[in-house]
Amino acid sequence: MNIIIPIKQVPETSNVKMDKEKGTMIRDGVQTVINPLDLYALETGIQLKEKFGGKITVISMGPPSAVKALKEAVAMGCDDAVLLSDKKFAGSDTWATSYTISQAIKKIGHYDLIIAGERATDGDTGQVGPGIAAWLDLPLATYVSKIVKVDEKELVVERLVEEGYQKLQMPLPALLTVVKEISNPRLPTLRGKKRARATEVPIFTAEKMDLDPEFLGLKGSPTKVLKIDFPTVTRGGTLVKTGGEEGVEEAIDKLIDFLKEKELV
Amino acid sequence: MNQLWTIAEQKNGKLKSVSFELLSRGRKLADKMNTQLCSVLIGGPMKDETLQELFYRGADVIYVVEDERLEDFVAETHSNVLTDLIESYKPHTILAAATTSGRTMMPHVAIKVNTGLTADCTELAIEEGTNHLLQTRPAIGGNIMATIKTPDHSPQMATVRPKSSRPLPEDTSRNGEIIRLALKEELVDTRVKVLGIRKDEEEFANIEEADVIVSGGKGMKKEENFGMLRELAHHFDAVIGASRDAVDRGWATYPHQVGLSGKTVSPKLYICAGISGSIQHLAGIKTAEYIVAINSDPDANIFQVADFGIVGDLFEVIPALNKKLEMAKKEGR
Ligand SMILES: Cc1cc2nc3c(=O)[nH]c(=O)nc-3n(C[C@H](O)[C@H](O)[C@H](O)COP(=O)(O)OP(=O)(O)OC[C@H]3O[C@@H](n4cnc5c(N)ncnc54)[C@H](O)[C@@H]3O)c2cc1C
Ligand SMILES: Nc1ncnc2c1ncn2[C@@H]1O[C@H](COP(=O)(O)O)[C@@H](O)[C@H]1O
Repeated sequence: MNIIIPIKQVPETSNVKMDKEKGTMIRDGVQTVINPLDLYALETGIQLKEKFGGKITVISMGPPSAVKALKEAVAMGCDDAVLLSDKKFAGSDTWATSYTISQAIKKIGHYDLIIAGERATDGDTGQVGPGIAAWLDLPLATYVSKIVKVDEKELVVERLVEEGYQKLQMPLPALLTVVKEISNPRLPTLRGKKRARATEVPIFTAEKMDLDPEFLGLKGSPTKVLKIDFPTVTRGGTLVKTGGEEGVEEAIDKLIDFLKEKELV
Repeated sequence: MNQLWTIAEQKNGKLKSVSFELLSRGRKLADKMNTQLCSVLIGGPMKDETLQELFYRGADVIYVVEDERLEDFVAETHSNVLTDLIESYKPHTILAAATTSGRTMMPHVAIKVNTGLTADCTELAIEEGTNHLLQTRPAIGGNIMATIKTPDHSPQMATVRPKSSRPLPEDTSRNGEIIRLALKEELVDTRVKVLGIRKDEEEFANIEEADVIVSGGKGMKKEENFGMLRELAHHFDAVIGASRDAVDRGWATYPHQVGLSGKTVSPKLYICAGISGSIQHLAGIKTAEYIVAINSDPDANIFQVADFGIVGDLFEVIPALNKKLEMAKKEGR
């Protein structure tokens, strides 16, 4: 079974800065990691490979430094890696990103399954996975929490929805986006790390993929960021301590007064 | 056509409340743009009197594509149907709920009709003069708010976080036109089959649509202690939430997990006990209207975002709180 896994390199969420003028993220100097939610996609893919054989190709669209994320994925157990990198891709929204990634997938070809993360922790949209499925006209299952049955031709999955777990059956090739519940990501092994160091990561540019220039980057993105605000997070609420002066009862009375005042009880 | 659409959702012939929340958003925008507000329902068979409530809650026109085969959400088919409707009626703006189906169907449709989509918006406004939809959404775990527009493509589309607005009060004097359309055979995608739905708990936690959530973390110490949280939840008609630590320890199941790798919630009231308030947990609760925290550590991060905090031992505070609420309920009767 041949599997393609798109992964995104994201800033560690705890210390991200933004360029207020351009509305883009300042990526320099911030630690980057594989999008934490993509680790579940990687683990799911690796388990399927262990069962069925075949190979896993990880792809990432981003700056040249995203090679690091790809190599980490190889160290976990993926086979090949491809980086989609070109100045022309800069500023892509989810529409342009899913176009670019889907064209790269077409170029790689020969796949049975694509597994994406539920969403990336920076952009936080979850739109790229379904977008790729639309471009490639693949059967799609989002929020997959369990692979119930799979063989070379067909897949049965459960997806986590508001009412419970919806069970779906679909033919391969297909595209899944997965949630945390599906797997427990493994750590890279020493042998894997060695292999990753030796792995060549080809770079796909716009020209190499024969892309429509109208569909790329900031220019090809239907959505435009107008401005970025930094909301104040702290709420400056009331704090009461129990013990000492104030007993538990007093604290609770104050809480109930607060709830009544806000019409919450 | 001069129309703003909101996408209604149904289950077993009943409208879901997100349908009304979207209309309440849509009504203000439509009035500002001087345009018709339409509710679009793609689903199983619906009765006229059920649909009527969409008028009461703000709709001018209702489009219904109904068929047994549309009862369960199947991304491809629902996307085909909506794409076809957009191509026929050409609305200028579409709002859908950021539910599992909205978040699946809309990005699919955005590709097919070649337009932009802004995910998970918390605020929407109309730009003076251009009628562009200004779509504001949190990103990077709620650390920034980005305002986005789709100036050169149509329709402009956004998904909106459930519970981020309240339905309009019912106005039974309102009425409008119901347009029923048959499902076109060629739009049915036969590749994906729905085999059923499984619920493994009595009340499946739909924490994204809850008005009140009572959450527990590692400070709850063990699974049995969630019993007192359930009791507290009962007083508020609330559902149970949990931190990742609590979920990883098996004290609650994953559908209850709040935060970066769980769910983002916007309840009226979020009560949490024994949760430190890690940045990843806070990412999920920043749009809660009120946050109440109980933690024994006065320096816990959660107090930074709490509207009301009790510094104390949850094993004293929660049982005492339950007792008081129980008493108040008896007196109230
Ligand atoms: C990529 C990534 C994604 C993540 N996603 C999530 C996510 O979605 N959701 C999430 O929650 N976390 C997430 N985390 C984990 C997060 O970093 C924290 O580890 C987690 O939130 C901590 O859970 P906690 O607050 O329950 O536990 P702790 O941080 O251990 O806090 C327990 C708290 O209980 C208090 N306490 C102890 N005893 C008592 C008592 N008797 N009375 C009152 N208070 C008491 C303590 O003072 C402490 O503040 C993620 C982490 C990573 C790296
Ligand atoms: N630049 C990218 N490169 C590779 N994969 C991506 C990229 N952006 C998004 N993805 C994939 O799409 C998923 C959803 O991302 P998003 O829609 O940005 O929240 C991620 O979990 C990845 O699997």
